[in-house]
Amino acid sequence: MSTALEVQGLSVGFGQERVLRDLSFTVTAGSTLAIIGPNGAGKTVLFRALIGTVPYEGTVRWAPDTRIGYVPQKLDIERDLPLTGRDFLRAKAKVAGVPRDEIARVLSAVSLDGGAADRPIGTLSGGQFQRLLVAFALMGRPTVLLFDEPTAGVDPPGEESIYALFRQLQRKHGFTLLLISHELNLVYRYADQVLCLSQREACVGPPIEVLTTERLQAMYGAQMKFHVHEHHEGRADT
Amino acid sequence: MAVAAGLVGSVAVMRRMTLAADAISHIALPGVGLALLLRFDPVLGALGALLVGAFLVWGVERQTRIPTEAIIGVVFSLALAIGSMMASGEQLIDALFGAPQSLGQTELVLGGVAAVLVIAFMLWARSELVIALVSPDLARTAGVRVARVELMFLMAFALTVALGLRYLGVLLMGSLIIIPAATAKQLARSLDGMQWWSVGLAVFAMLAGSLGGPLLGVATGPLTIVVAAAVFFMSLVTRRAG
Repeated sequence: MSTALEVQGLSVGFGQERVLRDLSFTVTAGSTLAIIGPNGAGKTVLFRALIGTVPYEGTVRWAPDTRIGYVPQKLDIERDLPLTGRDFLRAKAKVAGVPRDEIARVLSAVSLDGGAADRPIGTLSGGQFQRLLVAFALMGRPTVLLFDEPTAGVDPPGEESIYALFRQLQRKHGFTLLLISHELNLVYRYADQVLCLSQREACVGPPIEVLTTERLQAMYGAQMKFHVHEHHEGRADT
Repeated sequence: MAVAAGLVGSVAVMRRMTLAADAISHIALPGVGLALLLRFDPVLGALGALLVGAFLVWGVERQTRIPTEAIIGVVFSLALAIGSMMASGEQLIDALFGAPQSLGQTELVLGGVAAVLVIAFMLWARSELVIALVSPDLARTAGVRVARVELMFLMAFALTVALGLRYLGVLLMGSLIIIPAATAKQLARSLDGMQWWSVGLAVFAMLAGSLGGPLLGVATGPLTIVVAAAVFFMSLVTRRAG
């Protein structure tokens, strides 16, 4: 398998504070990497370094011709911003140089109905807005998708359906998926590799090696149990 | 000119930079003062100062840690103070409120060309500006060169203010950019709606001011803004009722 992303010795600091220290990992093309860790461990900062919006030391090497689709954690949108979902997608179509009929394709891929797409984006529900951002990321056929807590602000059934959607889209388009998540049971089920970030150390490996009670306790610094059942379902208790 | 103001204003209001917009327009004043002092065309002086001002606001916006509003407030007052020290009396009133009757042929032609330039840029860069105002990070991953397009937008803004300077003056040109767009935001639910309303209202206010001014025997500039503001208050009522 070819490599989609290679990170070596990545460090990011703001002033005196080091948020990420000497981080190295690689991601295989077409695989799913989940990034976990407590708040403040630098998960979002890692994404922003990967897309080049914060200065960093070290190397971030994407495969040639990589097209990135990014879904940020949350955006502060005014309720009365006169911009509909369709306006937003049209703008992306123009910038990415893709035909406008892409809009219908991505809207149906994320199951967002036309009615919601024609409403101002500030009035959409959390789940609808999330789907719109996924649709925005999918335009222009990205080879890599970055999701920052894709299910924050979404109710549990919606959460599961967003993960199922990723899985289905990934099977269809074969893109590489990087996602930040707190949902360890979903991470267990959907990720090929897990990258854990914490103040103390970082670790990388398949879920079965990384998501152990000892590792999680060391990382989150709290009582954290994670049960793996025989039929490969995970459950996290704090 | 009003079309350019409407387009620039719609993006400025959507970016929530009305205060910065005001500050930029006031920065024209020291430029006018300097031009009067050194005896060259005040519009050129204003344009120079405005471009510097746009660059300053752009620089401040990029340094997110600095409280932007505080700096803008200071720069804005400083510009007014320096401007009023340099110019005086009638000249100052002209610079603040405009003097449409003193427009020359060359100025009209140059103004027309500049307006067309601004309009063309606003239409060309619309998609990039829209994505950047929702999220600079998203814009960046979509391939938008955010810093560049934002600087160009602020320059377009500065040029638009300079355009209206002789007609409306420093104080009122900022208002012709912001008020119709703020009204449009009350009325529109989509991007096209926003821009049509914004342009339409700016043109309407301008025509009402130009035609109604001589008829009522009042200055055209202030009347233009009074009309724009009246429509804004009407839009507030409509929205509340709707």
